[in-house]
Amino acid sequence: MTAGTAILLTGILCAVACALPGTFLILRRMAMMTDAISHAILPGLVFGYWMAGSANIIVGAVGATAAAIVTVTLVEALQRTRRVEGAEAMGIVFPAMFALGTILISRYFAQVHLDTDAILYGNIEFSAFDRLIVSGRDLGPQSLWVMSVLLVLNIGVLTLLYKELKISTFDPALSQSLGFSPTLVHYLLMLLLSITTVGAFTAVGAILVVALVIVPAATAYLLTERLLHMMIGSAIIGALGAIGGYWLAIIIDGSIAGGIVTMLGILFTLALLFSPSQGLVAQRSRNARNRDRFAVDLLVMHLATHERTEDEYSESSLGHIGAALRWSPDEALTTIRRATDRGMVVRANGNVVLTDQGRHYVDRLIKVRRLAVEQ
Amino acid sequence: MSTLHDLIFDYTLRNVALGGMLLGIVAGVLGAFAVLRRQALLGDTLSHAALPGICIAFMLTNSRAPLVLLIGAGIAGWIGTLIFLRTIKATKLSEDTMLGVVLSVFFGVGILLLTFIQQQNNANQAGLDKYLFGQAASLIGRDVRTFAVLGLGALIILFLCYKEFKLLSFDPEFAASLGLPVRNLDIMLTSLLVVAVMIGLQTVGVVLMAAMIIGPGTAARQWTDNLRTMLWLSGLFGGLAGVTGAVISVQASRLPTGPMIILALTAIVAVSLLFAPRHGIVAELVRTRNKRNEFQALLEKGPQS
Repeated sequence: MTAGTAILLTGILCAVACALPGTFLILRRMAMMTDAISHAILPGLVFGYWMAGSANIIVGAVGATAAAIVTVTLVEALQRTRRVEGAEAMGIVFPAMFALGTILISRYFAQVHLDTDAILYGNIEFSAFDRLIVSGRDLGPQSLWVMSVLLVLNIGVLTLLYKELKISTFDPALSQSLGFSPTLVHYLLMLLLSITTVGAFTAVGAILVVALVIVPAATAYLLTERLLHMMIGSAIIGALGAIGGYWLAIIIDGSIAGGIVTMLGILFTLALLFSPSQGLVAQRSRNARNRDRFAVDLLVMHLATHERTEDEYSESSLGHIGAALRWSPDEALTTIRRATDRGMVVRANGNVVLTDQGRHYVDRLIKVRRLAVEQ
Repeated sequence: MSTLHDLIFDYTLRNVALGGMLLGIVAGVLGAFAVLRRQALLGDTLSHAALPGICIAFMLTNSRAPLVLLIGAGIAGWIGTLIFLRTIKATKLSEDTMLGVVLSVFFGVGILLLTFIQQQNNANQAGLDKYLFGQAASLIGRDVRTFAVLGLGALIILFLCYKEFKLLSFDPEFAASLGLPVRNLDIMLTSLLVVAVMIGLQTVGVVLMAAMIIGPGTAARQWTDNLRTMLWLSGLFGGLAGVTGAVISVQASRLPTGPMIILALTAIVAVSLLFAPRHGIVAELVRTRNKRNEFQALLEKGPQS
């Protein structure tokens, strides 16, 4: 396996492992908890090293996971006092922990070179070279093993708890009445998130784990309404981001982790613009279509209201319609043309007259929208 | 007291303390509004979104002058906020999701640009990453003057539009029905927050900025229900944390300023949560115990004949 392949595989596995819990996080509106946890990793790492007296990565990982759990616990404790909102609680806890970690580093680890760059955006570029050596046998890149374990863990837990997660996400009260505690599910999810974040952090650094958890899931959310599709979609999008980002970083000679996030950002933007249901482009054309239909509805209602009254003639004249309905002459003509195309009106001697089809449409409009028409 | 003497006459201590105080006041007051409008973590997102702005500003001008870089930071933060606001209105994505998306994507692009710049071996680029962790100790007089101008400007605008911002924060629909330009007010208030973040970036860095925005307002909220009082207290607490953290860090060795400010602030928040007269946790425990005793006494007295 070449170095490049190892890096690429690590990136893909990491992205997929993170995207899966991300789906539930954004559905539960807890996306920023990922941010809080990943910032708390630094002090956890440092604390682990401090307790162990050495810069052993296992100790660091345990310390980091403990710090993540402490963060979640503190945030929830603060929320329970009912004096602090969820987001505020996060914004108080994780900076305090990060500040503690930075101070610990300055005081006790000033000599030890703690690579702040690596903490921020990881060193996936070197993942091929850190080998896992067990009993003298080289089992391959360490990061591949870590990511594989993470991926299996996530797939396993999320499959096992799929039904519980689904119900407690969309209807916590129902899940409670069905007999399983949404709180327990929540804590399990947070535990899974903590472990995943710490593991992924070793590859892509603190900040970018947040991107891997949130962005593919958000992109998938824009594209589908079904939970399972969203999970699978986010995994695929995460993988695509990893592959594309890798190549982007190689081309411009920048950080691979940065490249992956940039690529995920591009994919998200594409979904935001072009999603058939949620996309901004689709919304614009849908709004325009609705505007046009509403204008036609206004026109035929106006004509129907004034039919068989004294001012029928004046109200239905071409010139007057625009003024009555506050349309510009161009808008009025366009709407009349659309109504004519749909067979609802005809033009006769400078007036606009309802057809039978048009009257029928008006009747249905009144019934469906329960409009009362003054006679 | 020698500290007080140094505060006035020692160049470094004076600048760091002033810088910290200004940041604390401005971030505190504007952050109070952010907290009220449930945009608490917007400060966190803004500060992370600033990174690509700093990089692009550097790439375009090849200058490391703080004002230039901070303007880049401000523009990037502003663009990020616009994307955030537009997307949560137009799609089903929730606020926390979009905050996370903007934060991480902008920051990732920033990291890509930063590493790209570092590869170019441009001598000027060293020190761009001080914005990540903040380096208050390197504040000079010119920086502090810039902060003072920016901060004062922001506070003046806040003072002038106080009533409008107040209405916007508590009842935007009513404000709209009164004919107030709600969207422009929204943009203006958010822009003021961007200014606060710009000031804070150099002092406490990207990560810790969130606390500077949220902490003072949260602490102040415990002491009062009146908005005006809350804003004054926010400024006070923020400034106090700024000065305290700065003074302690300059006097002691190997205690970086940014984190010390945050720790001072966290202490203020903790004290407020616990000991504030009416809303405080201790006060509530005392009240509960008194009520329980009162009720117990009533029970023992038995029904009144």
